[in-house]
Amino acid sequence: MSASHHDTAAVHHHEETMTKKKIWTVFWYLLGITTVEFIIALLLVPKGVFTQGIANVVYIILTIVKAFYIVAFFMHLKFEKISLALCIIVPLVFIIAFIVAMLGEGDYTLLAR
Amino acid sequence: MSATVAKIDEVKTTAWAGGHSPFNVSYGKMMMWFFLLSDAFTFSGLLIVYGFLRFSSPSWPDPDQVFQSAPGIEHGAPLVFVGIMTFILIMSSVTMVLAVEAGHSSRATRKQEVAKWMFWTIIGGLAFLSCQAWEWTHLHHEGAWWGRNPFLNADGTQASTNFSNLFFTITGFHGFHVFSGVVINIIIFINVLKNTYEKRGHYEMIEKVGLYWHFVDLVWVFVFTFFYLV
Repeated sequence: MSASHHDTAAVHHHEETMTKKKIWTVFWYLLGITTVEFIIALLLVPKGVFTQGIANVVYIILTIVKAFYIVAFFMHLKFEKISLALCIIVPLVFIIAFIVAMLGEGDYTLLAR
Repeated sequence: MSATVAKIDEVKTTAWAGGHSPFNVSYGKMMMWFFLLSDAFTFSGLLIVYGFLRFSSPSWPDPDQVFQSAPGIEHGAPLVFVGIMTFILIMSSVTMVLAVEAGHSSRATRKQEVAKWMFWTIIGGLAFLSCQAWEWTHLHHEGAWWGRNPFLNADGTQASTNFSNLFFTITGFHGFHVFSGVVINIIIFINVLKNTYEKRGHYEMIEKVGLYWHFVDLVWVFVFTFFYLV
């Protein structure tokens, strides 16, 4: 089993993958979520149903849901081996740590102004 | 002696012994993933600086006031134009993934299908860049640029120039990614037409540029939320 033979096998071997139907399903999810964001920004916040603070939390949750659909389905990560998915997803923990650290620092800077 | 050499030369076959990729993807695809991971850190750095400066400012311009124009509409249309831009980018992600799907298929028309969807992806990318050019020009005419910010804070006070600096730097860096994505897509499109991947026997290159293109869409999802909604 030579290395080049195996590479070709990796290219062709897909037990479960994206079909046209799944692609369009994901498209409608992404479009639907974006529409919900627009309804919040243009209707619910101006009418006072949501405060800006609550709306921001909802936006961030919806953004992460959209990111999941793009990465998992369009970028196919859901169908890759779990070891590859973990190598890509786990380092993102450092970004979360960075966000927490810097936003806290931003709050403090405002306080110390 | 020869028996020892034979033992060392024996091909290892299990995944974590170096026999083959434990990820079951080709080298090129794996490296594209790790490049995108590093790029995710770059964009995170930019967006976190934005968050820091916004959190440390007493007030900040209201995006609904700043971004309320579209071609032919001077005022009073918040989010309309950026909504069109978002839709264009999502659509071009769909045509990209349809090109990948066609490349995987064994249909007789697969080359034509891949070429068709790559073509529409390129058109989508160019449309997005045109929209961004219009938006930048419009904001520039209103007096916004690096180091210049004409917009007032939401509470009516004078805003710092950070708003413009961050907007042009981050959307500019993203736009540069879209631009390079379009260039790469055009190169791959030409290769498809030249039968490069038919001769190679597979269309894996479409998957690699597809990963890059979807990443550009992914970054836009975050830029859209943090610049236009929050």
